[in-house]
Amino acid sequence: MIRVVMPYHLRRLAGLLEAGDVEVHLAGPAETVGDLLTELEARYPVLRGTIRDTVSLERRAMVRFFACGEDVSLASAADPLPKLIQDGDEPFLIIGAIAGG
Amino acid sequence: MNGVRVLVGTRKGAFILTSDEARKDWKVEGPLFSGWEIFHIKGSALNPNRLYASQSNGWFGQIMQRSDDGGKTWEAIGKDFVYDGVPGTHMWYDGTQHPWEFKRVWHVEPCIHDADTVYAGVEDAALFRSTDGGTTWHERSGLRGHKTGSQWQPGAGGMCLHTILQSPADPLRMVIAISAAGAFRTDDGGESWKPINRGLVSNFMPEPTAEVGHCVHRVACHPSRPDVLFMQKHWDIMRSDNAGDDWAEVSGNLPSDFGFPIDVHAHEPETIYVVPIKSDSEHFPPEGKLRVFRSRTGGNEWEALTNGLPQEDCYVNVLRNAMAVDRHESCGVYFGTTGGQVYASADSGDTWNAIVRDLPAVLSVEVQTLA
Repeated sequence: MIRVVMPYHLRRLAGLLEAGDVEVHLAGPAETVGDLLTELEARYPVLRGTIRDTVSLERRAMVRFFACGEDVSLASAADPLPKLIQDGDEPFLIIGAIAGG
Repeated sequence: MNGVRVLVGTRKGAFILTSDEARKDWKVEGPLFSGWEIFHIKGSALNPNRLYASQSNGWFGQIMQRSDDGGKTWEAIGKDFVYDGVPGTHMWYDGTQHPWEFKRVWHVEPCIHDADTVYAGVEDAALFRSTDGGTTWHERSGLRGHKTGSQWQPGAGGMCLHTILQSPADPLRMVIAISAAGAFRTDDGGESWKPINRGLVSNFMPEPTAEVGHCVHRVACHPSRPDVLFMQKHWDIMRSDNAGDDWAEVSGNLPSDFGFPIDVHAHEPETIYVVPIKSDSEHFPPEGKLRVFRSRTGGNEWEALTNGLPQEDCYVNVLRNAMAVDRHESCGVYFGTTGGQVYASADSGDTWNAIVRDLPAVLSVEVQTLA
């Protein structure tokens, strides 16, 4: 089980606000960031294109990823997720960059 | 319901304003899609309860929404706007070539000939069509593939395709406009396009009368006369009587011929409306007076419409998609401002009232006349 924390606008798009959930629980066998996003998009198709480009699969510039307190935004999508994330002990954080003023 | 539904897109969501034919008492619903920019929201002429909205923001990109019940409920629809083939390059601000990159949908235009067909004008400039109610989108790439495409250049707001005019008389004819490339027309349903900019003069260009490169802000026409076009250009109000093949300036006595929106009275094809803005680096009304100007002669002779509009200390702008008319017997005229006001006139512009005053900055206004 993977736990994913998403920002307000993405949770709202995915219809996850009313449940009061902050975390999205995925049951899929996600071993890499790429696996995780593919699983997330399969479960919530409306999120396709909001986190990464639908064609190039590159992370959108104003979206950041954090795992176990580390900014992994620039890591390869093929890198393995930390075991604590894979085991569901720590959530994977998708964050909208703080910008705009 | 015999009334009117005003669809307002803002920097922070969409609003739906409704009233009866008297257009005195208004119900304001929203924000829908709160926190997102709604560049455009528009209803189908063939199925008025079908609405489309372009929802975007800088963090999470483009979402498209459709309602089939007049805006009560919405469904996220297709949002894959993929350029046809190898995208190629267009001119950047500094004159170098720059790859074509999709950024957002500026304008969504339901087809007036088929209820399931809808068009989208996007930045970087291209025209997309869906024939399945917005589920899938396909580029009409003959436009972007025009031989002049590499010369198109973004305006200050981006290289946007912002105007889509369909001909009621000819399903194969369509006029679009791009800032800053100019106006283009297809006579074969979008397979091929030709620039229609002869007569435009843009002194900021190295060649002021070039075939393309003009910063066209908006084009409008009356449905009964689709070959008579009115244009608000970066500077100059222009008119064409032959579907854009030739243009003549009709700015006349306007206090400024710079502005963004232009529209045509619902029942008087020679009555047109503009909102002059002080050019071009200030972008607010001349003298701090918010005035709509009306010409009943198809241009050249203009009268200021001020009754009910602020005539001092007003420094808002009115953007290109933010003016529309209804089709009631006494024509209603509507516009929204960057200050969040939506003004309405139920008497062709003679008198104005603010339907609502404190919305986020208004990006677009469209009107549905409900029978």
